[in-house]
Amino acid sequence: MYPRQFDYTAPASIEEALSALGEDAKVMAGGMSLIPLMKLRLFSPGLVVDIGRIPGLEGIEDTGDHIEIGALVRHATTASHPLIAENAQALATAASLTGDVQVRNRGTTCGALAHSDVAADQPAGALACGAVMVARSSNGTREIAAGDFFVDSLTSALEPNEILTSIRIPKTTPGEGSAYDKLGCRGGHSDYAVAGAAAWVRRSNGSITDARVAITGVGTKPQLAEAVGQALVGTDGSDAAIAAAAEKAVEGVTVLEDLFGSEEYKTHLAKVYVRRAVKAALTNVY
Amino acid sequence: MTINGRAVTAEVEPRTLLVHFIREQMRLTGTHVGCETGYCGACTVHLDGKAIKSCTMFAVQAEGADITTIEGVADGENLHPVQEGFWERHGLQCGFCTPGMIMSAIALLEENDRPSETEIRHGIEGNLCRCTGYHNIVRAVEYAAAKIRGDEPPPPDWERGS
Repeated sequence: MYPRQFDYTAPASIEEALSALGEDAKVMAGGMSLIPLMKLRLFSPGLVVDIGRIPGLEGIEDTGDHIEIGALVRHATTASHPLIAENAQALATAASLTGDVQVRNRGTTCGALAHSDVAADQPAGALACGAVMVARSSNGTREIAAGDFFVDSLTSALEPNEILTSIRIPKTTPGEGSAYDKLGCRGGHSDYAVAGAAAWVRRSNGSITDARVAITGVGTKPQLAEAVGQALVGTDGSDAAIAAAAEKAVEGVTVLEDLFGSEEYKTHLAKVYVRRAVKAALTNVY
Repeated sequence: MTINGRAVTAEVEPRTLLVHFIREQMRLTGTHVGCETGYCGACTVHLDGKAIKSCTMFAVQAEGADITTIEGVADGENLHPVQEGFWERHGLQCGFCTPGMIMSAIALLEENDRPSETEIRHGIEGNLCRCTGYHNIVRAVEYAAAKIRGDEPPPPDWERGS
């Protein structure tokens, strides 16, 4: 099963990669999403710009108040890196539940975000952890809040002339914690999410002072469940308070039926996984 | 790139998948093409020591890499402990998934030579087998893990009684 013919370039620098970009070009990092689409001929770019050989993009760094994840950081690294475990548990767990062992060895966190699959794990983690996407073009660098980044199914806010070079996640401070959980399409945690949720909470003196909850797999894009976050703030984080907030999981969300579940089932799952994620996030508070 | 310790050079089209390069140009047909969509893992090889799916990678991406295929794991006539485990514990029936399954198992045991049954099952989550129900594959990996550690492998199920 071969893709259609295409031209290929593996630039040695971001600048070179940016100048190669154009309307008919596609950026490839690990290729775990792009290559299957190309093989099925659902997508046939004229030029593949392979950023996999550009040095300096494979690191996870502590930049003071943020953790920065470079464009070539693999899922396996995101899943196991101590800085991510400490500062973005939701993203670490989401990365550990992405694909399978082989996919996690090749695919990249930034690639999964840029791909913007409606049922991917890491977008939910990035949304809950308050990630900021760093997009570069020949005109410079701009930052895009995670909440503005996922636009629609397989559509991110990246322009054709931009490359997602890294993401930045605010470092966790005491009282904060996050978590991710999902039901996979092949049962348990395997495969894309039938429904999944990531939660980030801040607790002070026994009550929740801030919260962000994101859902994936149920709507037209991974998105923040803002009503849940608002409902959690001011509560004591008790099971009852979490359950009441989780009832708002799909408020303002267009729930879409797919092969894995009806609208009703997905709505139910969204509430279940929001509840579990919030509870786990509170347990992860340090 | 290097395949099983041998340096190889070739010209390929950008769209040539690594698995086709390995099978058709390198004539190493132990690596199998199964589902072609990245699910089944029959095409699993090691790239710089990590298990990857060679049907979901272009050969050009592997330029300069160190590849190990199923043909490269035995030491001459001596089977790799994982190969021996599949033999001794009947870890296969039709054998189609076996090369990929063995490559995933080797990668798992290189990171963890004392995996629990759950860890083994997670370690081969990217490999589908339609014959065995995985039971004997898990036993084969347990056998290999013991061998690699220098321990006595657990007895086969058929000698354990019920």
